[in-house]
Amino acid sequence: MQKGGSVIEDIMEVTATSRHYVDRLFDPDPQKVLQGVIDMKNAVIGNNKQKANLIVLGAVPRLLYLLQQSSSSMELRTECAVVLGSLAMGTENNIKSLVDCHIIPALLQGLLSSDLIFIEACLRCLRTVFISPVTPVQLLYTDPTVIPHLMSLLSNSLRTQEYITQIFSHCCKTPEHQTILFNHGAIQNIAPLLISPSYKVRMQALKCFSVLAYENTQVSMTLVNVLVDGELLTQVFVKMMQRDQPIEMQLTAAKCLTYMCRASAIRTDDSCIVLKTLPCLVRMCSKEHLLEERVEGAETLAYLMEPDVELQRIASTTDHLVAMLADYFKYPSSVSAITDIKRLDHDLKHAHELRQAAFKLYASLGSNDEDIRKKITETENMMDRIVSGLSESSIKVRLAAVRCLHSLSRSVQQLRTSFHDHAVWKPLMKLLQNAPDEVLVMASSTLCNLLLEFSPSKEPILESGVIELLCSLTQSDSPALRVNGIWALMNMAFQADQKVKVEIVRCLGTEQLFRLLSDPDTNVLMKTLGLLRNLLSTRPHIDQIMSSHGKQIMQAVTLILEAEHSIEVKEQTLCILANIADGNTAKDLIMTNDDMLQKIKYYMGHSNVKLQLAATFCVSNLIWNEEDGSQERQDKLREMGFVDILHKLTQSSDPNLSDRAKTALQQYLA
Amino acid sequence: MSGQSSGGGFLMSVVVHGDSALNEQEKELNQRLRRLYPAVNENETPLPRSWSPKDKFSYIGLSQNNLRVHYKGHGKTPKDAASVRATHPIPAACGVYYFEVKIISKGRDGYMGIGLSAQGVNMNRLPDITFAKAGWDKHSYGYHGDDGHSFCSSGTGQPYGPTFTTGDVIGCCVNLINNTCFYTKNGHSLGIAFTDLPPNLYPTVGLQTPGEVVDANFGQHPFVFDIEDYMREWRTKIQAQIDRFPIGEREGEWQSMIQKMVASYLVHHSYCATAEAFAKSTDQAVHEELASIKNRQKIQKLVLSGRMGEAIETTQQLYPNLLERNPDLLFMLKVRQFIEMVNGTDSEVRCLGGRSPKSQDSYPGSPRPFSSPSHKASSSQPYLTGFDSNCCNGVTSNKSHSSSPHSHKPCPPGSGSTLPASDISLNGSRSQQPITSNDVDMEVDHFTNGVTESSSNGFLNGTSKHTTEPDDCDADMEVESAQSKRQLCGGSQAAIERMIHFGRELQSMSEHLRRECGKNSANKKMLKDAFSLLAYSDPWNSPVGYQLDAIQREPVCSTLNSAILETHNLPKQPPLAQAVGQAAQCLAMMARTGSGSCAFASVDDYLH
Repeated sequence: MQKGGSVIEDIMEVTATSRHYVDRLFDPDPQKVLQGVIDMKNAVIGNNKQKANLIVLGAVPRLLYLLQQSSSSMELRTECAVVLGSLAMGTENNIKSLVDCHIIPALLQGLLSSDLIFIEACLRCLRTVFISPVTPVQLLYTDPTVIPHLMSLLSNSLRTQEYITQIFSHCCKTPEHQTILFNHGAIQNIAPLLISPSYKVRMQALKCFSVLAYENTQVSMTLVNVLVDGELLTQVFVKMMQRDQPIEMQLTAAKCLTYMCRASAIRTDDSCIVLKTLPCLVRMCSKEHLLEERVEGAETLAYLMEPDVELQRIASTTDHLVAMLADYFKYPSSVSAITDIKRLDHDLKHAHELRQAAFKLYASLGSNDEDIRKKITETENMMDRIVSGLSESSIKVRLAAVRCLHSLSRSVQQLRTSFHDHAVWKPLMKLLQNAPDEVLVMASSTLCNLLLEFSPSKEPILESGVIELLCSLTQSDSPALRVNGIWALMNMAFQADQKVKVEIVRCLGTEQLFRLLSDPDTNVLMKTLGLLRNLLSTRPHIDQIMSSHGKQIMQAVTLILEAEHSIEVKEQTLCILANIADGNTAKDLIMTNDDMLQKIKYYMGHSNVKLQLAATFCVSNLIWNEEDGSQERQDKLREMGFVDILHKLTQSSDPNLSDRAKTALQQYLA
Repeated sequence: MSGQSSGGGFLMSVVVHGDSALNEQEKELNQRLRRLYPAVNENETPLPRSWSPKDKFSYIGLSQNNLRVHYKGHGKTPKDAASVRATHPIPAACGVYYFEVKIISKGRDGYMGIGLSAQGVNMNRLPDITFAKAGWDKHSYGYHGDDGHSFCSSGTGQPYGPTFTTGDVIGCCVNLINNTCFYTKNGHSLGIAFTDLPPNLYPTVGLQTPGEVVDANFGQHPFVFDIEDYMREWRTKIQAQIDRFPIGEREGEWQSMIQKMVASYLVHHSYCATAEAFAKSTDQAVHEELASIKNRQKIQKLVLSGRMGEAIETTQQLYPNLLERNPDLLFMLKVRQFIEMVNGTDSEVRCLGGRSPKSQDSYPGSPRPFSSPSHKASSSQPYLTGFDSNCCNGVTSNKSHSSSPHSHKPCPPGSGSTLPASDISLNGSRSQQPITSNDVDMEVDHFTNGVTESSSNGFLNGTSKHTTEPDDCDADMEVESAQSKRQLCGGSQAAIERMIHFGRELQSMSEHLRRECGKNSANKKMLKDAFSLLAYSDPWNSPVGYQLDAIQREPVCSTLNSAILETHNLPKQPPLAQAVGQAAQCLAMMARTGSGSCAFASVDDYLH
């Protein structure tokens, strides 16, 4: 009780003194006001409670008023900016209050002053406000004159350089921001700062370039031609990656070069990438660095080598990277839990980040090369880690884990072995039940691979009721999900049992099937045709499906052949027709449809060999001997002029096509 | 297998081939090795420069200056493996050592091993025990091309890196600080392969099947891997370790200790005004009477200005028994006096030459704090007295000296105006605040000047002035001595006679000394060298002319100074110099005992 009482007394006392500070701001004597602000400055330094009190007591509007008053002395205005900067150094709530009091426009206005000390104080405060996550960055761009003015202030002093570049690097979050800064000469204005005598300025300038270049071709292309003191910017970055430079600088320079490389401004086989950036990023993943640095290093490296198999190969043998990443899963370590609470807390905070970064990097490493995938799956407990990663609470980790699984699922060997041994399909199926779209895309894409016919996981997945899930995916708004759903169904239908095929057709429903056949996304259309083709294989299956859905299927085929579509789509459609022509009873659906026969004839004379071949296949199936009614069909088609066309096709320069035509003609001779 | 024999061999090969390209390569090699391993003393621990034709198994053939290795055995079984070591083991003072091997041909099966091995104890048992493929034997470490495995003193490997074959460049880096090793392939680090390596390993390659050919690069060419970048990282690490070395609770003591060291240094070299001011501002007691310091200063100035006769006389007056008890010292002083006579600077001959003994050549420079023999040897050109003051110290009291020569008579010290240290003393006395780091810095600065010969300000100053303004200096001389050229004993016949006479006295003193104290080869050589000056018509430009160089007065001066201090029970050497010397010795000892971090902790780095 006693203790509690004393705390309250303390608070009351603090509040009383705080009020005194605020009251002095209203003194009629400007000299006393100045002294009051100076005393306030000394009182708030490092004292969060005092800061909060002053804000509550309304010091901010008064300070802002004094700061903006042209009648105030320069000294007073400067001291006000300093106090406001100090208040901003407190908690996030402080920042929110300051922003609510419209501190940003007031300080930006202050930058128009001619007094450098005052400008620096305003910039310092602005910097502190803008680097806080609670400040909307858009506020920097509301007034279009602000950015050019900031650019012009860059030359004034080391401090203005440091603060302004720091503001830029924190407020450049979108391509639009990049473009605004770029258009106002950010590159030319900031590049010279990279060789500033001040480390802070160099570092902030470097950060600016990393945010400007990220996924921005225009900026990146410009950067490669920039000279700083006669030296190419890329070489300046390379120097900043030297191993005796501070880690932060090495890492940020590596990011700049990575972004420039990914924006195609630097080739992936350029020595500054292969021999400098990549090794630097691999080093950042090593145990001796801070957890944050390791996360950033791994993520940047994953991004750098994602599209390039050669970089993946080099990275996979550099400094035992694959084994080094295994350490990312060991946080919090059992040692830290016992010995050091602070460290445990730190480890816990970073554990998710570390895991997701490692999964991302593994995914990138293994995206092309079979040997690397093997190396990854052979890493200690790798598959177990992925499996548990798939069901982690953090979405970031789940997404990264499924990306990693997806990358590894491109390996036939892994599908046959480790994937099956660890029953990865189970958590994957669970993940598919309820997840955000980005996770669903990756997970369903992985599922496609798991449903390939040689995959031993295919059976258990089928039994787990996957068809319904996939059918529902085909109704998604996201084209990527629709593709993956129909793709998985296509893989599933390949050489499948009659039962499975019937189940797919039943579950999907012909209506949905036809909707997919008119999908605006060509990929969806292609996979749907692929599904149809897989469904319509082996004679009994063809007849059965055609007897129940023949009419609609023939309609759909007609529609596609009549519409504007790519050669691939038409070819796939003709192949479906050829499959139908292979059925016993299904044949009649074509033979009785003269319109369709005319279409086949048309495609036999098409300029594209692929289409000619598919159409010829179709005819060949229709006139095949040894089947009931083959004679009548042969006669009908002869009447329609097919034989003449076949004779012509035997002269084709394409050996496949002429062979196929000859085989067809032989049916008439038998 | 000593360093010398290898050095000889290398020279010979240059001579025999007489090939300029080869010469270029050797030059590049030497330059690169010096740049990479500046801390290595190659007289003690030579660096590997090629494969050893003696230290190899017979199935190995060498060519191209012992840099190319090929296999010439049958290569039927693993027993036919053979290897070769480099000429020398890797010196610990490298800190980080690196070499590369390019696979010229993988031969039949590409069973190549690249790595390190220790010298076999028993050279007779070489064939099958010591010379299996690198990595298969005790203290043998290798990375094999056929399977990419690493072998650590055993026949069974561990998965390590990728395989390698024709066209690949494999590098091997030994970190002598943490005793680990990593390999590189085509410029990419493959990660640590071995830990806990023993000292004194040789670069080694092993081959096993016919047709295998590899080339070594011990620094003959630029490396594919950026080893200098890796070394930068370790240099930074070691220096951070030094910078962060905890001084702990005794921080206050630390400061007073540094102040004491600075003060004692000033006293030792008789900068009395500076020492006084410094002691005052740092609140210290001076452990020597001021008068005594001034006496020493007076004698030192005489020695440094070449007026040896007066110096000896003054010493005998002020310290009556000193020279009688140190006959060797007296002999040394007399020999120097003889040299100064030849030079025309000793007061005895100068009187005879009709010049005012005090008209020139007081020594305005401060004594070189730690005179070093290597410096003297390098400056064969005779320096003129008074002129070389520049050479000793960057302080430029030179100008005033030539314009008003009389101000430079050995004046009562304490007036402070003529001392080169006067700016320091002024500085010290002006800023009466308790010692600031600034003061310390300055002292250290000043002190470096003397230590780092090649890079020292003072020295550069001296030489550059000497080369750029030789006419000036001659002109100076003309005005002062009314002579057109440097002449023996200042050109006076009487002086030459006096010098000859003195030489005879010296000769008899030497004989007397030998009878009394036994043979002393140092004395004998000293005398012989001094007398040799007379064998040349222009002693200044003779091979022994270096003796006339004013810099040679410094060791004499410091020996005399130390002897005087010793009689007062004061240290022969100032603690500051001792600490620096000790640090340098420590580093040398670390190099000998295999502590690689000495490579990145040069004392000079801290004396700036």
